Amino acid sequence: MKALAELYLQQFKTTLASMFQYRASLLIWMIGQVLEPLVYLIVWSIVSNTSGGSVGNYTTKEFAGYFIVLMLVNQFTYTWIMYEFEYRVRQGALSFALLRPVHPIHSDLADNVSSKLITLPIMILIAAGLAVIFHASISPAPWAIALFIPVLLLAFMVRFLIEWTLALAAFWTTRVGAINQTYFVLMLFLSGQIAPLTLLPSPVRVAAGILPFRWMIGFPVELLLGRLTLVETLTGLGAQAAWLLAGFVLLRIVWRAGVRIYSAVGA
Amino acid sequence: MKYLRLLGAFFWVSVAGELAYRVNFLWQLFQSILSLVVSLVGLGVIFSYTDTLGGWRPDEILALVGVYFLVGGMIGLVIQPGMEQLIESVRDGTLDFTLTKPEDAQLIVSIRRVEIWRLIDIGLGLAVLATALIRLGEKVGGWQAGMFILMLIAGAVIIYSFFLILATLSFWFVRVENILVIFQSMYEAGRWPVSLYPGWLRYGLTFIIPVAFATTVPAEALTGRLTWETLLGAVVLAVVLLTVSRVFWRVGLRHYSGTSA
Repeated sequence: MKALAELYLQQFKTTLASMFQYRASLLIWMIGQVLEPLVYLIVWSIVSNTSGGSVGNYTTKEFAGYFIVLMLVNQFTYTWIMYEFEYRVRQGALSFALLRPVHPIHSDLADNVSSKLITLPIMILIAAGLAVIFHASISPAPWAIALFIPVLLLAFMVRFLIEWTLALAAFWTTRVGAINQTYFVLMLFLSGQIAPLTLLPSPVRVAAGILPFRWMIGFPVELLLGRLTLVETLTGLGAQAAWLLAGFVLLRIVWRAGVRIYSAVGA
Repeated sequence: MKYLRLLGAFFWVSVAGELAYRVNFLWQLFQSILSLVVSLVGLGVIFSYTDTLGGWRPDEILALVGVYFLVGGMIGLVIQPGMEQLIESVRDGTLDFTLTKPEDAQLIVSIRRVEIWRLIDIGLGLAVLATALIRLGEKVGGWQAGMFILMLIAGAVIIYSFFLILATLSFWFVRVENILVIFQSMYEAGRWPVSLYPGWLRYGLTFIIPVAFATTVPAEALTGRLTWETLLGAVVLAVVLLTVSRVFWRVGLRHYSGTSA
C-alpha cells in the first residue's frame, strides 16, 4: 500500500513536469473540451429562443446550465488512454510497463488524476465565466448536491475502466482508430453530449439506459441540474455500480488474454 | 501550366506511394462517412424541434455541411500536409534541398505533399452539396453559383495564406506545429453559420482564425445571403493576405540558415 502511494506521488510529479513542458498541447486540448459543448449550447439556445423560450422541458437558461455542467463532468471523467495504447503496443513501450512490479493501470490512473488537478481549476473558471455570459440556471435539491459527488466519482471510475479495457483492443489490431471513432460517435449521442437525452427519440433513450454512456456523463449532469427524483438517482447509482463491476471483470479477462498474445511489434 | 504539371507530378507520386496501403482507403472512407453521419443525425435532431436555425432552413444548413466537408477536404488534401512538412523541414534542415530546386520554393513547399485519401471528403462534400442544391431547386440561380465559386476561391486563398504565415513563423520559432492543430479544432465550429455565435466568438472565428471565410461565407453566397460588404471584404482580404504571406515568406527565408549545415 505504501509502495502504491509512492508510485502515485511520483507519477504526480512526472505528470506535472511534462504538462509544463507541453503547455501548447494543453491549450489546444482545452479549446476542444470547451468548444464542442459551447457550440451545442449556442445552437440549442437559439432553437429554444425561436420556439418561445423552451424546447421539450428545457428553457434557454437550463440549456446553458446543462451544457456548462456537461463540460465540467466530461472534463472530470475524461481519459485519453484509447489514443495512447495503440502507440504503446506498436512502439513496444508497453514492454517496460510490464516489467514493473505493479499493474500498469495504476500509473495511468495516477497520471489521469494528476493532470486533472491542474486542468480542473482552469475549467471551473471557464465554466463560471460562461455561466455568467449565458445566464445558466441549475436548481438541484440539497440531497442531489450531496449525491452528486459519489455519482461523479463512480462515473469517472466506470469511464476509466471501460475505456482502459477498450484500449486493450490494440493487442489484437494495430488499427484501433476505427474502434475509437465508433466509440466516440456512440458516446456523442448516447451520453447526452449532443442534446439532453430526454430530447432524443425513445429508442435512443432506451439504448442509453442499457449502455454505459449515460452513466458516465449524462446522469451526473441531470442530477446536478435537479431533473431526477430520488428513486431515479438511486436506480442510476445501481446502474453505475453494475457497470463498474462489469468493467472490472471485463478488464481482468481482456487484460490476461491480451498480455498472453502481446509481442511488441517494434521489438 | 508548368505549375499544374508539377502539381500533377506530386499528386501521382502520392498516389503511387499510397497504393501500397490500400486498406487505408477503406479506413478513411469509414472515418469520413461516420463524421458525415454525426453531422446529419445532429441536424436531424435539431430540426425535429424547429424549422429554422438563426434564419437558416434545413436545406441551407445542409449546403453548409457540404461546404464544410468540401473545404475541410481541400485543406487536408494539400494545404495542411504541405505546411506541416515545411515546419518539419525547417527544423531538420531538409529545406536546403527544396531551395536548390529551380522552381519557386514557396510553390514547391505548398504543393509537394498530397494526402490523396482526403479526396473522399471532397467527394462526400460535393455529394451533400449537390443534394442540398437539388432540394433548394430554383432558389439558386447562376448569379449565386458564380458568387459561390468566387467566395470558395477567396476562402481557399485566405486559409492558404493564413497557414503559410503560421508555418513561416517556424523560421524564427522552431516549435510551431501546435498552432496548426488549433486551426483544426476551431474548424469544427464552421459546421454551423458563424452568425449564430455571440459577438466575441464570431469575431474570433472571422478575423483571428478565419474559419468563417472558409465555410459560412461561401454558403451565404450560395443561399443568397451574401452582402456586398462581405463579398468585397473577402476578396480584399484574400488579396491582402496573399501578398502579406508572400512578403513574410521572403523575409522568413532570409532568416533561414540550414540548421543541419
